[in-house]
Amino acid sequence: MPLTVVLAEDSPLMRDGLIGVLTRFDHQVLAAVGDADALITAVREHRPDIVVTDVRMPPDNTDDGLRAAVALRQECPSLPVLVLSQYIEQSYAAHLLDLGSDSGVGYLLKDRVSAVSEFVDAVAQVAASATVIDPEVVRQLLNRSRDPLQRLTPREREVLALMAEGRTNAAIARELYVTEAAVNKHVSNILQKLDLHLDGHGHRRVLAVLTYLRA
Amino acid sequence: MRHRTAWQALGQNPLKVLGSSWPWRSFAYLLSGVVFGAVAGAVLVVALVAGVVSLVVLVGVPVLLAVALSGVAVTRFERWRLRLVDLDPVPDPHRAPEREGFVGWVRTRLREPATWRELGFTAVSATALWWMDALVLGFALVVPVLVIMSPLDDPGAWPLVIVGLALLAAAPYTITAWAGTRAAVTRLMLAPRDSELGRELTDVRASRVRLVNAFDAERRRIERDLHDGAQQRLVSLNVMLGLAALDTEPDSPLAGRLAKAQEQVALAVDELRELSRGVHPKALTDHGLAAAVENLAGRSALPVTVDIRLPRRLPLPVETAAYFVIAEALTNAVKHSKATRVVVHARLHTDVLALSVSDDGIGGAAPQAGTGLVGLADRVAVADGRLRISSPQGGPTLMHVELPCH
Repeated sequence: MPLTVVLAEDSPLMRDGLIGVLTRFDHQVLAAVGDADALITAVREHRPDIVVTDVRMPPDNTDDGLRAAVALRQECPSLPVLVLSQYIEQSYAAHLLDLGSDSGVGYLLKDRVSAVSEFVDAVAQVAASATVIDPEVVRQLLNRSRDPLQRLTPREREVLALMAEGRTNAAIARELYVTEAAVNKHVSNILQKLDLHLDGHGHRRVLAVLTYLRA
Repeated sequence: MRHRTAWQALGQNPLKVLGSSWPWRSFAYLLSGVVFGAVAGAVLVVALVAGVVSLVVLVGVPVLLAVALSGVAVTRFERWRLRLVDLDPVPDPHRAPEREGFVGWVRTRLREPATWRELGFTAVSATALWWMDALVLGFALVVPVLVIMSPLDDPGAWPLVIVGLALLAAAPYTITAWAGTRAAVTRLMLAPRDSELGRELTDVRASRVRLVNAFDAERRRIERDLHDGAQQRLVSLNVMLGLAALDTEPDSPLAGRLAKAQEQVALAVDELRELSRGVHPKALTDHGLAAAVENLAGRSALPVTVDIRLPRRLPLPVETAAYFVIAEALTNAVKHSKATRVVVHARLHTDVLALSVSDDGIGGAAPQAGTGLVGLADRVAVADGRLRISSPQGGPTLMHVELPCH
């Protein structure tokens, strides 16, 4: 299904690349801007299906894009937001995870755009209200010394990492070469150990786990 | 010359003293002291009396001012003269005038403690020291000469010639000893005080701080250039390669080569990201110390518990120093300590950032072992902070750092 996109990226080269990728898959880029203020204006004007934004942008060249995304999300809680970044650092992703789980949110390294098909899949997932967090960032989150995580077995941590990437149980089973029933068992163990309850919404489960990890 | 002062020269073989230049230097020092002291004393007494008398018609004011400042000139000459018997120059305790011109000079001098100390020295010199010099010269040289000459009046007193010659032979020692003592007292009174030297030390420290800050600013600039330049270009390049790959036959040789190229570019981007993070962690400027250290902990090969609670953002130099100290400590823990876990703790006490990094490893961390502790101590020292390490053999290691935030 073609999506309408508002894009914010200050590097013209990268902006062209992103437009190229999105249009190649029949998505429509309504506006492509180069700074955080223009992003907010463009989103208000175009009401896109999804916002894709860089982190570091003018005017301050710090995490302006991220802050604009958070502000837009507060203004319109159902707006899916995908943030692209050069930083693996979890402190950037953490700002996004504070947003709540009502609609799609994503944090990907910019490098992922080059795996074009996977990237476009991620855009579609976020637009469909899923949560997509870069595996590198997830690895960092899981690497931290936290008591609840100490209770998980290495295998369960592996499963949790894959869950956090937005994979389904079937996909996890394929990745780990086990049966889906085994994955189901791991997942319910993880949720139990982390005092979370299954509610059938995959993305909500992931977000809950991640929010729990960074709390 | 091996000896730097007349006093030191006295410590050598007594016969060598005679052969050296020190007795002559001492003689010149004392003689010039007598002449200069007498003249300066006379001039000052006259000026003081004239100044007080003419004070009623206000002419006395500049005269008295000149008397007050006379110490500056007198002691400058004294310091110069001192080098006859003390080879190392005494530094000038005065600072450069705050403003240009004669009035600026007078203002600065009048406000300096050194000026008044010098006036005190001049008073002592003019009233006491010069005639004591004269007295010593008299006893050491004039008395023996008179004794030697006494047989001229009374030929029967010839044995006195021997006594006189003995006394004359002792004169170089007396003169050198007194000159040495006088020089030591002069140096003591005219040398700059610690607080006056401290000013220069402060200047040196300030320039070191400036250097480190400039260095950190440069690192931030390099990180920014890498991010906006090479990193951005490589990522864009990889996106273009990805797009090109879409237009190839899936299993063709071209698709294979493009995939290889993409892999290489991705590796380059990873390496560049690693590099630029080492140069300057952007999260530190964007999100502060606690977040940046959390990120560091996330990447560490050891489980790291981060407990940093700060009420506000700290000045950038403090955050930067703290960050690199913690980063270095974590690296050390991973490399050398064989620890299984590390705890980083930081709190702000009024305006001092107190942070500690502890591990349960084997200990034995010492600055001599070249474990990066020296560089760490330098970082802390420039930030005016304090670094203490407890790391007995067998462990555990605790590093405590205090950094002032003002």
